[in-house]
Amino acid sequence: MKKKIKIKLNGKLKAINNNSTLFNIVQKNKIPLAKVAIELNQEIVDKKKIKNINLKNNDKIEIVHFIGGG
Amino acid sequence: MKKDKLIISKKNFNSRLIVGTGKYKSMQECAKAIKLSGAEIVTVAVRRVNITDKKKPLLMDYIDPKKITYLPNTAGCFNSKEALRTLRLAREIGGWKLVKLEVLGDKKNLFPEMIETLKSTEILTKEGFKVMVYCNDDPLMAKRLENSGACAIMPLAAPIGSGLGIINDINIKIIRKQTKLPLIIDAGLGQASDATIAMELGCDGVLVNTAIAKAKKPFQMALAFKNAVIAGRQSYLSGRIKKTLYGNPSSPKSGII
Repeated sequence: MKKKIKIKLNGKLKAINNNSTLFNIVQKNKIPLAKVAIELNQEIVDKKKIKNINLKNNDKIEIVHFIGGG
Repeated sequence: MKKDKLIISKKNFNSRLIVGTGKYKSMQECAKAIKLSGAEIVTVAVRRVNITDKKKPLLMDYIDPKKITYLPNTAGCFNSKEALRTLRLAREIGGWKLVKLEVLGDKKNLFPEMIETLKSTEILTKEGFKVMVYCNDDPLMAKRLENSGACAIMPLAAPIGSGLGIINDINIKIIRKQTKLPLIIDAGLGQASDATIAMELGCDGVLVNTAIAKAKKPFQMALAFKNAVIAGRQSYLSGRIKKTLYGNPSSPKSGII
């Protein structure tokens, strides 16, 4: 069995494979990349580089988009 | 009449009505109301993507950002740090530089926290954002925002969502006289005539959300606001008559039988 790490994705705790990249998370959750922005540990991530970003234990990911608002 | 455009940060708009996209029953209702309102700018909020419910409809699927200008807003932010984080993320979504800054100071009355607002305006302007700023109807603070690089001044008419209409028209007039920046009434309008009054005071536009979204008939109200803004603007440009204390007959006095 592959070793797991814990991350927080939009406030929810998730166990993922140790060697996962940010791209894997985006793909797995079917995130429409063109319509979102991504933060990793409160730093904005360049969406073009997510394939090269390996996730570590306790990483906090925020994926946001536009919704209705005043 | 020559083409009368709303110009914000060198961008031209035909409509002087900006509408919010919150509080509608559905995305469909929101999209239809926007269409009827004729608005070319809509405010949007930045929030977490729903990871668990992937079938939830996306705003961009209903309102095309290529056709309608999205104005990312920091609604719900209570300090400069949160507001800056929100707008930097908004820019990252697709290059949005024209933004609406709204830093709130009190959860009950939703009045703006002006010290944090001023601080954020300075930082965002330095970072290349074009900042439309929600503020109090305070001429002194409006001037400071202008000096800090705001691209539009957006004083409240009354508390957000209150529907009270313009509470302090004298201050709005003073702000109008002192600034060449676009002056847009933001928050507190309740009915179409409130928008007409704002435009007759010389405002360049109005921003409306609750008054349309929560009207019993949102589509009809969207249309009413569209017409009210046009009427108010035309009235303002036409130059109203002076008020007098006594009557002045409309028919000639000569030739009376």
